[in-house]
Amino acid sequence: MRTLKFLLQKEFRQIFRDPSILRVIFIMPVIQLMILPWAADYEIKNIKLSVVDHDHSEYSRKLINKITASGYFELADYSNSYKQALHKVEHDEADLMLEIPTSFEKDVVKENKAKLFMALNAINGVKANLGGAYLRTIIQDYNQEIRLEWLQMPRMNIEPTIQITSSNWYNPLLNYKYFMVPGILVILLTMIGSNLAAINIVKEKEIGTIEQINVTPVKKYHFLLGKLVPFWILGMVVLTLGLFISWAVYGIIPLGSYLTIYAFAAVYLLTVLGLGLLISTYAGTQQQAMLISFFLMMIFILMGGLYTSIDSMPHWAQIITKFNPVSYFIDVMRMVVLKGSGFWDVRYHFIIMFTFATVFNGWAIWHYRKTS
Amino acid sequence: MQAVIKADKLSKHFGHFTAVNEISFEVAPGEIFGFLGANGAGKTTAMRMLCGLSIPTSGTATVAGFDVYKQTEEIKKNIGYMSQKFSLYEDLTVLENIRFYGGIYGLSDRDLQQKSETLITRLNLQNEAKKLVGSLPLGWKQKLSFSVAVLHEPKIVFLDEPTGGVDPVTRRQFWDLIYEVADRGITVFVTTHYMDEAEYCNRVSIMVDGSIEALDTPPKLKQQFSANSMDEVFYELARGAKRSE
Repeated sequence: MRTLKFLLQKEFRQIFRDPSILRVIFIMPVIQLMILPWAADYEIKNIKLSVVDHDHSEYSRKLINKITASGYFELADYSNSYKQALHKVEHDEADLMLEIPTSFEKDVVKENKAKLFMALNAINGVKANLGGAYLRTIIQDYNQEIRLEWLQMPRMNIEPTIQITSSNWYNPLLNYKYFMVPGILVILLTMIGSNLAAINIVKEKEIGTIEQINVTPVKKYHFLLGKLVPFWILGMVVLTLGLFISWAVYGIIPLGSYLTIYAFAAVYLLTVLGLGLLISTYAGTQQQAMLISFFLMMIFILMGGLYTSIDSMPHWAQIITKFNPVSYFIDVMRMVVLKGSGFWDVRYHFIIMFTFATVFNGWAIWHYRKTS
Repeated sequence: MQAVIKADKLSKHFGHFTAVNEISFEVAPGEIFGFLGANGAGKTTAMRMLCGLSIPTSGTATVAGFDVYKQTEEIKKNIGYMSQKFSLYEDLTVLENIRFYGGIYGLSDRDLQQKSETLITRLNLQNEAKKLVGSLPLGWKQKLSFSVAVLHEPKIVFLDEPTGGVDPVTRRQFWDLIYEVADRGITVFVTTHYMDEAEYCNRVSIMVDGSIEALDTPPKLKQQFSANSMDEVFYELARGAKRSE
């Protein structure tokens, strides 16, 4: 215990003496949490629309007005021909093209049926998809309005329609920030935890001080514990800072208990720090450690369910995510923050995270050699 | 008297390369044992095996009565080690380094207090005690490093080229420290490239290409190679070396 006291004292002194580490620990999360959630937004806005209106009728003008009034579209161009509009798309000045045929109004009124042509620039698949869907919804809505106008006319046959009304549970306003902020916080904690721990030990290897430690009777778990505890505490501080920003900037207050979040974060930090320690026992230089942890981080983030839903991944990829600690914490965060889940609801997450922590730390201690 | 270091046909291979080839020697308690050899002769590898940092490939050795294969952690309790590379924490102060290393060797608070005071007075570091170690000149760092390595009164202290790059005056002062420590009964095992320093040792071994080619007191070695100085003895032996860095 006394040995550990001296090791901890040394680590804390070194951490607080290095201003660049402190900057990374405190300023990075603040800036990232302030910026990322605004950018990482799934809602597509400002879709540039090019309209080719051959009809120039009251109906076509109403439709165009309705589309631009929705707020999602921006009338980029009002062309005279399909060719001209296509030209705009080719030059990336328009994302979406809507062609209204010459007889649009006449067809609607007389034939009871009209056709519109829509072309999408699908280089950005998400934008094209969502843009198309928005436009379709707006046109459908427009269709309904016309029907209502015509309802009074007795000779018209009223066709039955099915309308879907959905209510969004747990995040009624579909506020993406509620969804993204807890996830981004998890990523921050992961990056700070594993990187700092890995680099810290490897730095001692590079300077050569680790050899001096290896020639002392210090037990290896004492040494690793001395590295783990300070970063664990810092991680909890960063979490607190992150939760504070979530509340102060985004007004996010977990429906569930902060206690559940902290309890899970405590175990989670043991896991990522253990992973960092493990990396450090394999890496000989700081570059190696950085590259390994960068590689893992990419996989963790892209396969963690932060940006893309795990449920829509192929089966084999879903199996990989089972070994991704990040996915569990993101899950727990969202469950607790948005759904108000309690300890009992996330008990399996806890068990799995405990297993991760034990494996990574045990492996690190086993692989760390005082004698080569 | 019982030898404090005993090595018998101790070897270390790295793949096909034989870094240390069946070296055998004994070191008596309180002795200053010089471990000489050209760059790449295998001195550091041999020393690392004796310190429990590296497991030998074959042969046997005991340090302070403990086996270098199985009892490395016991050995570590009984030795001090100063590596070629300066390895105190440059971002900690003089006092913090002393207390840290003393602490992890299990010294009590009272011992720590008293020993750090003695050490700082002995090295005339009163004004530097609260300065970061990184800001000290090399010679001071080396003296501090050595004093920290013997802070816990080990049975043996291993010094790997402790005076490399240090000015002659500081080297003299460094050897004064070594003699003080030897007078307290601590065995000193030291490697060096300075032949004047070899003269200060009680006994000297000279390694060439992984093997010990000569081992005796400096006067006897000079006699054996009919040389006037240790410099000549070393040159006579080392010029036959096939390995070099």
